[in-house]
Amino acid sequence: MILTKIIKKLALATLSCAMIGATQAAENVGFVYVSPIGDAGWTYQHDLGRLQLEKETGVTTSFVENVAEGPDAERVIREMAKRGDKVIFATSFGFMNYALKVSKSFPKTAFVHATGYKLGKNMGLVNARFYEGRYLTGVIAGEMTKSNVLGYVAAFPIPEVLQGINAFIQGARSVNPKAELRVIWVNSWFDPGKERQAALTLLSQNSDVITHHTDSTAVVQAAEDQGKYAFGYHSDMSKYGPKAHLTAATHHWGDYYVNTVKAVQAGNWKPGSVWGGYAEGMVKLAPLNKAIPGELQDRIRKMEAQLKAGTLHPFAGPVVDQSGKTVVAAGQNMTDDQLNQMNYYLQGVVSKIPN
Amino acid sequence: MDTLSAILFATIVAGTPLIIVALGQLIAEKSGVLNLGAEGMMAMGAIAGFAITHHSGSPWLGVLAGMAAGALMSFLFAIVVLTLMGNQVATGLALSILGVGLSAFIGKPYESEILPTIGPIRIPLLADIPIIGDPLFNQQALVYLSWLLFAAIAWFLYRSRPGLVLRALGESPTSAHSIGYPVIRIRYLATLFGGAMAGVGGAFLSVFYTPLWVEGMVAGRGWIAIALVVFATWRPLRVIVGAYLFGGVMVAQLFVQGSGLGVNIPSQFLSALPYLATIIVLVIISRDQNTVRLNAPVSLGQPYRPEA
Amino acid sequence: MLRLERRPEASHLMSYASPLIAIGLMLVGGLLLFTLLGKNPLEGFKVFFINPISDWYGVSELLLKATPLMLIAVGLAVGFRANVWNIGAEGQLIVGGITASAVALYFQESEGVHVLILMVLAGGLGGMLWAAIPAFLKTRFNTNEILVSLMLVYVAQLLVSWLVHGPMMDPDGFNFPQSRMFEDSALLPLLSEGNRLNLAFIFALAALLVGYVFMYRSFTGFQMQVAGFAKNAARYAGFSAKRMVWIGLLSGGAMAGLAGMAEVAGPMGQITEHVSSNYGFAAIIVAFVARLNPVGIFFASLLMALLYLGGEQAQQYMNLPSSISNVFQGMLLLFLLGSDVFINYRLRWKEAVA
Repeated sequence: MILTKIIKKLALATLSCAMIGATQAAENVGFVYVSPIGDAGWTYQHDLGRLQLEKETGVTTSFVENVAEGPDAERVIREMAKRGDKVIFATSFGFMNYALKVSKSFPKTAFVHATGYKLGKNMGLVNARFYEGRYLTGVIAGEMTKSNVLGYVAAFPIPEVLQGINAFIQGARSVNPKAELRVIWVNSWFDPGKERQAALTLLSQNSDVITHHTDSTAVVQAAEDQGKYAFGYHSDMSKYGPKAHLTAATHHWGDYYVNTVKAVQAGNWKPGSVWGGYAEGMVKLAPLNKAIPGELQDRIRKMEAQLKAGTLHPFAGPVVDQSGKTVVAAGQNMTDDQLNQMNYYLQGVVSKIPN
Repeated sequence: MDTLSAILFATIVAGTPLIIVALGQLIAEKSGVLNLGAEGMMAMGAIAGFAITHHSGSPWLGVLAGMAAGALMSFLFAIVVLTLMGNQVATGLALSILGVGLSAFIGKPYESEILPTIGPIRIPLLADIPIIGDPLFNQQALVYLSWLLFAAIAWFLYRSRPGLVLRALGESPTSAHSIGYPVIRIRYLATLFGGAMAGVGGAFLSVFYTPLWVEGMVAGRGWIAIALVVFATWRPLRVIVGAYLFGGVMVAQLFVQGSGLGVNIPSQFLSALPYLATIIVLVIISRDQNTVRLNAPVSLGQPYRPEA
Repeated sequence: MLRLERRPEASHLMSYASPLIAIGLMLVGGLLLFTLLGKNPLEGFKVFFINPISDWYGVSELLLKATPLMLIAVGLAVGFRANVWNIGAEGQLIVGGITASAVALYFQESEGVHVLILMVLAGGLGGMLWAAIPAFLKTRFNTNEILVSLMLVYVAQLLVSWLVHGPMMDPDGFNFPQSRMFEDSALLPLLSEGNRLNLAFIFALAALLVGYVFMYRSFTGFQMQVAGFAKNAARYAGFSAKRMVWIGLLSGGAMAGLAGMAEVAGPMGQITEHVSSNYGFAAIIVAFVARLNPVGIFFASLLMALLYLGGEQAQQYMNLPSSISNVFQGMLLLFLLGSDVFINYRLRWKEAVA
């Protein structure tokens, strides 16, 4: 019984592998992933984008997963370019210098690097304003918390992670000035055991709504076990915590991939820097949990529309940092430059930033 | 739960897989076999435990499956190093590569599956003791088992005849052989036991601790367990203390962060402390020939072939 | 019952045949694996073992990937032959990468060849420094070098993590954990245009040659070999055990440190947390697969590198998951490590002894 089930599963997995394998035409798009695809998380969302690209444009794709952010990446990328992939998407920060280097030897190939900062003659950049989604989850957290203590499990203090933390507390304080946020750094993008431990720690220290910027589903599961609330990140993680999962700030790369590949095919692609958010459909919320009151749901929907229209900015002044210094004056919005250099906490975060 | 109680609770949970794996390795190492493949054996135990629990609905069948998977991996290792006399260090490393890869491969279909969380087992009365009640007596079943395992191993090593033989064999396989003990067979058993326990430790991670399966979820715990055996100078009680210290340092660091009191020491320094401590412990026990004799298996890592 | 029986003398035939047996076994294993996956095994073998080296670029990548393995494995072999067990080459590589990077970052404005020379020295010394810790503790306190060198791997990994998040972080790098890119004067010259193979490969060949001469032609090498075979004999002959520990560990450390330098000054061009792709551990396997012989190390390194490259190709052209290459590697290595027994032993049918 068990055995047949396992065999069926294996066969299915093999079959799906084989079906992707069957496609190896002239027009190919390559994807370089930093981790295994898995079932949720950063790479999983990119892979959803890849599948959407295949479906909507009919191009074939291939990918290499689990590529270390070291010299091996260059060989993987070069192999894709050499065999004639039209577009190559390198989807992790550590691939930046390698992708840039290869792009110089293949001027006719389009390269796109995600989350970096170096543009090339034929290498574009893409990133998403994940903080917009974070802001909305912050609003929900601010309303849903009873203890006024929120928790955040984070990997490394790079600007992208700090933007998320700060947007979360900005959102929460916009509706609940008493809300405070505690942050635990686990110094790893992926260690489910440690992520869970950090989540349990936050919950035991009075947090009742938590979220994370790491790559597993452990934090959501921990909240479910403890009967508390959590937000997913990267992917819709409701499956891992049907009661706990209020919503998730999710990433959507598919439309961007489709547009990029179409532009390349039409010959009018220009390597630019795309930093898309709600307006571009690159950041969304997963379906809202029933536990969120209808009135709040309506407000969130409205704010989503405002984010799309560009009338709502998560870091609209006055923005005050942890030490009480005003970083954005009233009436102004934080600039992209400021966002990119963020290395501080805002007011409401009670933890200290690691040095 | 108050904070102290919560810290203790978390420390014990975090230390448990380390204890189980390290006690298993301790037995193997006492017999003179150094298996650096713990990471791979744990990964295999984790996926086997998860898969069987998923299909059968029984976490205990899962633990048994993890045990079997770990033992199977260590059997491979034993064939190469004990029968075929391959180098233990290199073979252990190769086993690690194999186990991590094979577990990821077998585990692909399970990445989207979820297991129900398994609740703790509460021991009446004892669990009501303030502060230590919850951490000690309201725990996962495997936590209690890790203590039983400790007691059994301590008794085995220091109070039973086979335990004495095992220690003597790690000390000097040649003399053990000359008295008529089947050195290779005993080493096989010890290695298999080590593998089985590594498998249980892996299954604890995927079935009890963070009920999920993802590639790479062992996240270096196998290596920590190996370090731990050394830190403990091959003493079961010190394995327990060491595992809770390793776990405790990690957990305490999380609690300090969560409480909002930032520490101004880079986290990397804190994380390096257990390894530095291990080196210091090693130096202290090694200074004197006698203390080494008392603790470290002298023939550790060296192949043995009875020239009959 | 099948039994292993010691041969009267080591079999020359088997010393060549045993790797072939291992490869044969692996082919059978691969055949099963590919069939199980529903892939054509022939196609699989071709993608895994032929495709990666079907052009000069592929070969250059193979040599590039094999370079650190050769360097480290030959350094380690010197110690392993004398039963000095340095398994911390991974840490020594990282520290060599750090010290070499420190030089490169310090001489950022400098032109001229002295930068590279200093980097080579710094890398080698950095690795030696890290290896000197277990050597000192071993000779002074009799501390087990396997364990100390292994513990120091973890410490080195945390050290580089701290450095690239702190003192060595690129100030213009948006807080990402990486150093500045090195200037051209801090990069190893390429051996030919259009690929990444650099001077470090020549270092590796030189190291293999020097290693060979040292192991088989020098008196110290001979002493170390004797010490490895028979501890007591070496003691009676008056060979200093401490000296061997130092030589064994420092040679491994120096080569690992040099390999670290070659990574940061070669294909990386900066330092990040990913200085090593597990070369320090892989090289241990290489050294044993090669039976601690420099000529063997040359070929074993190439084989190991080929397994890495083949794994990438299998993903790109057959859509096999990345884990498959690990399975392949582990399998082949276990076969190789196990099959050497037949050099000194043979299989015999024997009645079970009561």
